[in-house]
Amino acid sequence: MGYVLDFGWLGDAVSLIASGAAMTLFLIAVSAVAGIVLSVLGAAGRRSRHAWLRRAIAGYVEIIRNTPFLVQLFFIYFGLPSLGIRLDPVVAAILAMTLNMTAYTTEIVGAGLDAVPKGQKEAALALGLRSRQVFIKIVLPQALKVIFPALTSQIVIMMLESAVVSQIAVRELTYEADLLQARTFRAFETYFIVTLVYLALSIGLRRLLVASGNRFLSGGVS
Amino acid sequence: MIEFTLWDIIRNLLLAARWTILLSAVAFAGGTIVGLLILFMRISKRRWVQRFAEYYIGLFQGTPLLMQLFLLFFGLPLLGLRIEPWTAAVLGLTLCASAFLAEIWRGGVQAVPVGQWDAGSSLGLHYLKQLRLIILPQAFAMTRAPTVGFLVQLIKSTALTSIIGFEELVRTSNAINNATFEPFKVYGFVALIYFALCFPLTRYAKMLELRALKH
Repeated sequence: MGYVLDFGWLGDAVSLIASGAAMTLFLIAVSAVAGIVLSVLGAAGRRSRHAWLRRAIAGYVEIIRNTPFLVQLFFIYFGLPSLGIRLDPVVAAILAMTLNMTAYTTEIVGAGLDAVPKGQKEAALALGLRSRQVFIKIVLPQALKVIFPALTSQIVIMMLESAVVSQIAVRELTYEADLLQARTFRAFETYFIVTLVYLALSIGLRRLLVASGNRFLSGGVS
Repeated sequence: MIEFTLWDIIRNLLLAARWTILLSAVAFAGGTIVGLLILFMRISKRRWVQRFAEYYIGLFQGTPLLMQLFLLFFGLPLLGLRIEPWTAAVLGLTLCASAFLAEIWRGGVQAVPVGQWDAGSSLGLHYLKQLRLIILPQAFAMTRAPTVGFLVQLIKSTALTSIIGFEELVRTSNAINNATFEPFKVYGFVALIYFALCFPLTRYAKMLELRALKH
């Protein structure tokens, strides 16, 4: 007995899939922006004069990078309430994604900062800029340009990994797929379509990031 | 009601960790074998073979692992194959690992100077022998650090197989948590076990990287 694929349910499901995809994009947008801002601070902190700060950031990076995202998510969503911190699923998801993202991008941003020649900083200081201005106006833009491809990859990876937050009932793409397949009994077809949506999202997101990088980072991204 | 002592929790988690380790090892071994095949296709001189490997890698790197697992878990029974969580988990992680490993090793193969290929053919070696004796040993030596780095990623990825019902560390911890209502402690220990598995490998990868830089 052969199984016949059936995509007849798709017409009614388009709006659900679209709203799930919108939630996925919202999650990654918020956590990417927050993650990059935090990782600039983190990378700067890792190069600070204070040994305790350097060590604390290094410890945080190692803990996040050596444990699964799913466990981090469960720890935040199920574990923190026992300390009296109860979070909405969406907030927990954004927090977990941001913390995870930051650990990886701190390393990337750090590598970028190290790649900027020392002479740039010295020249700027010689021109009378304050050290904060030197960092924001001279060093950081050059570092961002170097690390832009790596940041793009990390954002796409995080977007794909966000499928896991369906497990704490955030209504993103995977969660909608779970609901759909429970209603239509067409599990394979549902996940097939949703996988294609993810593929399109990751290709589109990468294109968008590269295009905006070329537009906004001076001289373009090579 | 069953009382869980702290030792009970830890003991059960450690027992479950064996499955995490076994799954990682099997998927890494399988990923190496399939990954080599994909690598050969990726560096093939035939355009369409190369293209196929490119799409294969792009497909696995451009979709969530969770979706890949779901598709196998629900898709293979449609082909008439009986499938259990373990089979779907091994198959899914193997295919995913093969794509990532092939891409890592391709970087190594491309970093081997063209002169090495030329030298190989001038010695009268045919293509496969050039690969086996000259190119691959150098490519693997160069990519040792990212390969170990990927193993860490693979160990962490096994956590996702809990969602399709494979009884590894995370699934067991969910069950224990449902019995003890101590999520902070349970997931804390789980994180610690993963850390104990991954951190030495991360350090090893870092060491390999530094050593490679010195050469």
